[in-house]
Amino acid sequence: MANVSTSANSAASTPMKLKVKQFQPAQTPTNTYLTDEKGVWAWLTTVDHKKIGLMYLGSVAFFFALAGFLAIALRTELWTPAKTFIEADTYNQLFTLHGAMMVFFVLVPSIPAALGNFILPMQLGAKDVAFPRLNLASFYIYVFGAIFTFLSLANNGFDTGWTFYTPYSSDTNSAGIIWVTLGVFILGFSSILTGTNFITTIHKLRAPGISWDRLPLNVWALYATSIIQVLATPVLAITILLLAMENILDIGIFDPALGGDPVLYQHFFWFYSHPAVYIMIVPGFGIISEVITTFSKKTIFGYWAIALSSLAIAFIGFLVWGHHMFTSGQSAVATTIFSFLTFLVGIPTGIKIFNWVATLYRGSISMKTPMLYVFIFIFLFSIGGFTGIMLGALSVDIHLHDTYYVVAHFHYVMMGGTLIALLAGLHYWWPKMTGKMYNEPLAKIAAGFIFIGFNVTFLPQFIMGAQGMPRRYYNYIDQFTPFHQTSTIGSYILALGFLIILYYLAHSLFKGKKAGPNPWNSRGLEWQSTSPPDFHNFSHTPVVIHGPYDYHQPIEEFQLGLAVEHGHGEKYLAADATGSEAAETTSA
Amino acid sequence: MGRLFDFMLPENKSPLTADSTDGLFHFINEASLVLFLGVVLAMIYFAIRYKRKSEDDKTPVITHNNTLEITWSVIPLLITFVVFGWGYSGWLNLKTVPDDAYEIHVTGFKWNWSVNYENGAQTINEIHVPKGTPIKLVMQSRDVLHSFFVPEYRVKHDVLPNRYTYVWFQAEEAGESQVFCTEYCGTSHSNMLAKVIVHEPDDFKTWLDENGGTPSGSPVEQGEKLVSLQGCQTCHSVDGSDLIGPSFKGIWGRDRNLADGSSVTVDENYIRESILYPGEKIAEGYQNVMTPYEGRISDEEITNIIEYLKTID
Repeated sequence: MANVSTSANSAASTPMKLKVKQFQPAQTPTNTYLTDEKGVWAWLTTVDHKKIGLMYLGSVAFFFALAGFLAIALRTELWTPAKTFIEADTYNQLFTLHGAMMVFFVLVPSIPAALGNFILPMQLGAKDVAFPRLNLASFYIYVFGAIFTFLSLANNGFDTGWTFYTPYSSDTNSAGIIWVTLGVFILGFSSILTGTNFITTIHKLRAPGISWDRLPLNVWALYATSIIQVLATPVLAITILLLAMENILDIGIFDPALGGDPVLYQHFFWFYSHPAVYIMIVPGFGIISEVITTFSKKTIFGYWAIALSSLAIAFIGFLVWGHHMFTSGQSAVATTIFSFLTFLVGIPTGIKIFNWVATLYRGSISMKTPMLYVFIFIFLFSIGGFTGIMLGALSVDIHLHDTYYVVAHFHYVMMGGTLIALLAGLHYWWPKMTGKMYNEPLAKIAAGFIFIGFNVTFLPQFIMGAQGMPRRYYNYIDQFTPFHQTSTIGSYILALGFLIILYYLAHSLFKGKKAGPNPWNSRGLEWQSTSPPDFHNFSHTPVVIHGPYDYHQPIEEFQLGLAVEHGHGEKYLAADATGSEAAETTSA
Repeated sequence: MGRLFDFMLPENKSPLTADSTDGLFHFINEASLVLFLGVVLAMIYFAIRYKRKSEDDKTPVITHNNTLEITWSVIPLLITFVVFGWGYSGWLNLKTVPDDAYEIHVTGFKWNWSVNYENGAQTINEIHVPKGTPIKLVMQSRDVLHSFFVPEYRVKHDVLPNRYTYVWFQAEEAGESQVFCTEYCGTSHSNMLAKVIVHEPDDFKTWLDENGGTPSGSPVEQGEKLVSLQGCQTCHSVDGSDLIGPSFKGIWGRDRNLADGSSVTVDENYIRESILYPGEKIAEGYQNVMTPYEGRISDEEITNIIEYLKTID
């Protein structure tokens, strides 16, 4: 590995000649990462980023199914204004669990840890991430965090909402709260380690020729995300430690009964949890950029605008947490500044959307399933964005805060944004990950169910929220009944869409048609390998002479590698020996 | 009026606090709709107009356009400046209580709103106000965070245990408006409702005079009133039905099983302890969720409540 990156660096500084040859990925590979090591034990102890990515993907899918099932139970309970089939305390525990699982176990790890783990090293032409063992450790830390959260269920559960606001969370006599906060504390380390790993990988393991201006936008997005993960997540850990010190040692920090201040807790909590929103959505932006270029067969419009806006969002995102607290009693000056900065963070997001739409102009647009999800993403995420502007406006937020309007807004951003982007990415990279195609017509039908179901579920929530329906309500007053019932019906349609996806992806695994290395004719580096990829991603260390979106260049110029095959490490010496000989092509 | 998004908002019953908010709500919605349609229609038009014809399609190399980038950065930025300024001024108005506002004290606790008036009158989950007068509610919580929200006035503020917060409004017609608690506070969060009852100014005066002054009547009558005003009935029924806590019906002199397996006879001292320190003895089958009344209720009041409880069978 070190040798490869050395030659990349020297290629950039002095125009050293590399001996390069064209390599064409085999249509049907004989040896892939899936066949290289077999058996459960090999999977559980693997340091292969692809397998770890798949294990994350499986876990995320599991938690999504579980938390989604809870959502269906919640929506069913809300069919009538009073009790439908569960008790108030159960309802409160279920919505807390739904929120906590979706945020900490699904959205935060979904794109970076699952898809990012698989794709990032491939897009860099690397054999793995920088610290493969640390990568495996991150996964197990994630699993441990999840186990602790489930232990809380065995200890009376917890009903505080995923925000754990004090003094409610410190007054509650349930032992469950200790377990779940411990679980989230542990989980944070998984996030920090993944972030560190990605930053190092992006800096050190780029294949020869991948300069910063040829970095795929997905990598830029993951880079911005990793920075937030590394900087913000420790604050969550600190907050939870303070909470524990208060509960166990009776030191007054947040609880007024001990001389603490509950508003301080909210500052701490949102100092992490607002940047965490960007941990969830920014990687989604990366996927959209990849998919939209492939299916428009066109270079991205405004590469630097999109790349740098991710970084801008990452930095400004740290300075807007107070917009969750306009009604909390924080100082008036703080409130004013937070509102102002909130609008600033909206601008780079808008810029991205405009650039994506501009990319479509004069493209060659193919409406395959991943592209369909991109269109759905832009539709839903725009609504999420505009309603975010609404909530950033001080006077209007006073009215809308903690109502269903907010619930609808963050579902449009998190589900309509992150989750739809995840689906776009999953359908886009599925052939690469499995080597199989899925049933395209069925996939489009499922996307239709999801689009319709989503809007039927959440559009009425904007209206009833603006009408005054508060969130986290087990009972509600009669006038909101039609909105709630529409929303419940929508959630069933949505669930049906996901069941269809589950069906055809499972079908694809066993009976799907062979995909071939590059079914979408993408110029992305990850597509210049076999499907599924070799254990070390590429048979040759790739050499890159064009940007990842240069669709005007012939595909052959994207299939270059060092002249000597790389194996499992033993051939590097040979590569060095021949590397200085005369060469075909190289770039500075 | 008749704005496109009128259907989204509840009636505006306090124009002095709601007008600016409503105006901005409509402006953002309408501006967003224009931009949203622009983006979505452009996207759909491109998808149809530039549909892939063959796998060999050639596409032009359009890498960027600085004029466009600046245009679509600066225009939204200017719009958001307008939104910020408008929201800020509306919010300042919500923060600035008129000098002649009439003050009423509101205390939130699990899961009731207790209201105190200048002459000692007290109500539970009803806030009586005169119309056409600015009203300032000075609010605090007795336990966890709550939040006071009246959609028809567009006012909301969190209610905290360690400090006073306030909202103000001016209702312009007699009638009722719904109050919600919007900060999650436990089991009966969604039942922590109240009404603002707006009277004609003269009616309000009459109402206030009738309900003010020191409590009177026999100990049983005073105890019954206290049980109502302290919000006990939110969790404890008087007809035997099972709510969040045990019913008051027929408890006097009976044995009660406790959560730790022991049992206790319901007498004066047990009731006194259960009011002041409810966490000490938890009845079997119930949660420890009651707010302690230590320091919030006098000995005389406890005695009156005990006298009243004796009469419920």
